[in-house]
Amino acid sequence: MFGEIGFYLSSPSNREKVAGLLGEHVYLAIVPVLAGIMIAVPLGSAARSRRVVRNAVQGAANVLYTVPSLALFVAMPGILGTGILDPLNVVVALTVYTAALLIRPVMDALDAVPAHVVAAATAMGYRPARRFAAVELPLAVPVLIAGVRVATVSNISLVSVGALIGVGGLGQLFTEGFQTRYEAPILIGIVLTLVLALIVDVLLLVVRRGLTPWTRLGVGAVS
Amino acid sequence: MILSELLAWFGDSAHWTGPAGVPIRVLEHLYYTVITVLLASVIAVPLGLVIGHTGRGGIVLVGAANAMRALPTLGLVTFLFLLVPNPRASTIIALVVLAVPPILAGAYAGVQSVERDVVDAARGMGMTPWQELFQVELPGSLPLLLGGVRNAVLQVVATTAVAAYVGLGGLGRLLLDGLRVVDYAQMLAAALLTALLAVLLDLVLGRVQRLVVPTGLRLSAGAAARRN
Repeated sequence: MFGEIGFYLSSPSNREKVAGLLGEHVYLAIVPVLAGIMIAVPLGSAARSRRVVRNAVQGAANVLYTVPSLALFVAMPGILGTGILDPLNVVVALTVYTAALLIRPVMDALDAVPAHVVAAATAMGYRPARRFAAVELPLAVPVLIAGVRVATVSNISLVSVGALIGVGGLGQLFTEGFQTRYEAPILIGIVLTLVLALIVDVLLLVVRRGLTPWTRLGVGAVS
Repeated sequence: MILSELLAWFGDSAHWTGPAGVPIRVLEHLYYTVITVLLASVIAVPLGLVIGHTGRGGIVLVGAANAMRALPTLGLVTFLFLLVPNPRASTIIALVVLAVPPILAGAYAGVQSVERDVVDAARGMGMTPWQELFQVELPGSLPLLLGGVRNAVLQVVATTAVAAYVGLGGLGRLLLDGLRVVDYAQMLAAALLTALLAVLLDLVLGRVQRLVVPTGLRLSAGAAARRN
């Protein structure tokens, strides 16, 4: 079986194809994460103060997250007016999932910012917008990144489903393997997807470390 | 317009009868979902309870469940299709493999969520480890355990749609048949029905999740469900 993988990859045209699909996969998985964060952070912070709005937003997010991926991909052309094989369908659908998943962590994380910290920032003369960007959002980063990790890993796995409607990054190796009754491309696709998820997950941990320098202070250093 | 085409599709009685009709496709989808979630529960619930009870292997389990999230469902389905000679069996195996981790994680988290004091009290009353497991830890773990089953059901409904690609029935078949003849109304109808099925099943299980909580745990169960 592993010999077959080596054989498949020994062809330069196959290697080139796999590399191209990998690049497409990264693009299709990561752009929605960034777009989802851009949607969830403002929406979550705006919705969290009013109970009715908060419940409505959370309820809508829960329902959207329940919709199966293939169904959401296929619904996109009807909503966006795109073609059935347009990559935008996958990008927008995964953005919807990411935003729906991140809404709760965003609201919970902002809720968890201690009131006295917000009050201190206000007393130091921070206006609401700057206080949000400089105090509240950074303190919310650890919880936020935990949500982003789940969303990213699930996006990386879900992109392949797009192969059924012609845009699926590494997922196209699965349809190719099925059509030619050949395991090698399927195994390569699975392994690369898992490795990609692992690498991105480690990178997110590095990002969290970089964004939260205060967590690296030992307990002793604080006292 | 797409909306009127969609309504026309649903209005055509030909789409509601015969082996490729909507009711049969919905029933097929439900059938695969129920069968695989039951099979997965038979494997995952005892395992999760034992791991939660003994506390051994928990870290490995959580790590493995997280890694499984990255596993591409279409890859697993096509790979098993080539590996297992019987296409129906291969798909059911794939669906079970995907349903096990959320149930396992739910059962484990459920047992872990039972307060230590309660377990100690049960032991102090002279309960055997089995009584402890079945009369204290299992009832206490039900809310989170069923949360895991809910996640598994959603995963299986979604993957059953994808698995139609290798020849299985269900709503995914309807969708992919529509794709083959570029009938977008049919694709959209199938997508809507799949989404509806998922949302309804989730709603029903949410209700069940609230009903099975032992009376004595109603308050803390509410808190657990919100955490979830």
